[in-house]
Amino acid sequence: MSTDDREVAMEPSPIAPAAIARTSPQSIAMMRRRRLLRGIGRQALLQALCIFVAITVLFPIVYVIGVALDPRNIARPDGLNLIPPNPSFDAFSRAIAKPSPNNISFLTLAFNSLKLAVATSLVSVAFGVSAAYAFSRLKFKLRSFLMIAVLAVLMLPAVATIAPLFVLLNGIRVGDFVLRNSIPGVALALISGALPFAIWNLKGYLDTIPKDLEEAAAIDGCTRNQAFIHVILPLAMPALAVTAFLGFVAGWTDFYFSWMFLDHPQDFTLTMALYAMVGQYASTTPWNVLSAFAILVSLPVSVVYLFFQRWIIGGLAIGGVKG
Amino acid sequence: MSAQAKATYVPKRRLFGADARVAFLYLIPAFAVMAIITFYPLVFQVWMSFTAFGPQNLNLKHPAPLDWVWLGNYIKILTNDISGIPNYDFFRIVSFNLFWAFSNVIIHLILGVAIALLLNQKGLLGRSFYRAVFVLPVVIPPIIVATVWHNMFDQSNGAINYLIAIIGRQPPGSVNIAWLTDPGNPIPFFPLLPLSYFALLAANVWLGWPLNAVVATGALQSIPKDLYEAVEMDGGGAWTKFRYVTLPFLRPAMLPYAIYGFVITFNLFYLSFIMTNGGPFGRTELLVTQAYRLVNQQQLYGVAAAFSVIMFFILLTLTIITNRLTKATASYVD
Repeated sequence: MSTDDREVAMEPSPIAPAAIARTSPQSIAMMRRRRLLRGIGRQALLQALCIFVAITVLFPIVYVIGVALDPRNIARPDGLNLIPPNPSFDAFSRAIAKPSPNNISFLTLAFNSLKLAVATSLVSVAFGVSAAYAFSRLKFKLRSFLMIAVLAVLMLPAVATIAPLFVLLNGIRVGDFVLRNSIPGVALALISGALPFAIWNLKGYLDTIPKDLEEAAAIDGCTRNQAFIHVILPLAMPALAVTAFLGFVAGWTDFYFSWMFLDHPQDFTLTMALYAMVGQYASTTPWNVLSAFAILVSLPVSVVYLFFQRWIIGGLAIGGVKG
Repeated sequence: MSAQAKATYVPKRRLFGADARVAFLYLIPAFAVMAIITFYPLVFQVWMSFTAFGPQNLNLKHPAPLDWVWLGNYIKILTNDISGIPNYDFFRIVSFNLFWAFSNVIIHLILGVAIALLLNQKGLLGRSFYRAVFVLPVVIPPIIVATVWHNMFDQSNGAINYLIAIIGRQPPGSVNIAWLTDPGNPIPFFPLLPLSYFALLAANVWLGWPLNAVVATGALQSIPKDLYEAVEMDGGGAWTKFRYVTLPFLRPAMLPYAIYGFVITFNLFYLSFIMTNGGPFGRTELLVTQAYRLVNQQQLYGVAAAFSVIMFFILLTLTIITNRLTKATASYVD
């Protein structure tokens, strides 16, 4: 602020030199002091506002960590203990040892969630990137029709296709194996939404890669496939990583398909256990264990998100997410 | 490479020969998968919506004969005649859902822009620290957010009631507001909004404004500084700067994002499903949560399919309206 004022004052103007000439050294010092005080007051106001916003943002996060670290092992918090004395990780070890009355270990739950996350991520990116390339670079009949078909699917929330997916996947059986009632079945349901999103998101990024690079490759004798693999794919790495990560999050945090489709406890996922803790087992689940469990579920996703947020939010701005 | 050289070396847009055949090869993996698990289920959904498909039709060995009810499911949904769902009222759900999405997006936008402006103030100390803190809600999965806020709004042990007690200098446990279940109307004679709406709103405002602030920050940084200097030279104050420089630059960046946020909030599943469970008395039910209940709890697959088809048309209408709005405002700005 102060530097700017000086700049304005130094602008050549017919009044300014006379005004400066008339002011005594004392009044200049007073003006400086007043300006300094005004700067401090303004900074204090800005800091107060920022700190207030920061407190509202941090409150639920500090709260849930505080409940998880409370050493007293009580079923419900008896007050607002944001920073509990003598924090302990007991709740975390209990959340890992026996997260639900089902006797399914945390590792089994996490492994099932991981399978969903990896399958959704890999399939949607691997199949999506070639289709995105075709939409971005090639001219063909039905191009706009197919693109609209992909967009129309994106507009629908995932919940809106759950009834037909349930019935159709339920019909695919080999002996006792029912595709609906299995991790691969849930993964297929997730991919049905993640793949159109991946196509749309990757197309948006491929559109920003200059065509000149492929032209240069063509002149050097590359075929279309070689240009795609050796020129486009390496350049699209950031977008591929972001799309893969968003697919991973979709699988890791999926709730409605797993909750709807899976019957066998050994197939259950982390989010299902989490929901059971606030749903059917709410009365018997201590909140410190629940909080520790919630932190453990969100930690892998949140940490990656936090470190790569600049790229991820950029990717989001191009594509938009299917809710 | 000059335009001349480009024209000589690349006479046609086809660089690598026939596009159509290559396009087919590039599209086939994704579209083969989507044909089976994305597009076919959608067609099947429309077919199913004309039947009374229920659990009795799921048995493959001895399937019950399928009842064709034609528009029966649609009529049931629109006339609130679904057996087994207490407190079901289609038009209340649609009105609540629209109000929910509008109120959230407006608050998200105002807070997002205001906080972006705050962070953009010259000479703000600790700017990068605040930026890192303010983006935290974005990185937490919504299902976790819903679970945590569900407990925070708990009647007897919730953090919000404890906080109110502390602010009011009362012992913990003395404040017993039933945020999520109170059946009264906080706004007299306006039964659309129960107390749990405000709890949901608080959670979603917490969740929603940071991404708006990120988008607004990007737009703010693209405003040329000399425009502000020009306003200063003309003797304009802070309000003039905001009204005639900041706002016109923010609008084109924020509007598409507001529409995107509207659709996301309109379909926001977790907060309603986990925090309030649609309560009290189904008054915070959204279209998506109701659709899920029809499948998951009532197992009315045919009705659920019809419900999803209706939802599709509601979303289509909203998309068309918002697209018109964007175009109308875009031409106004330019």
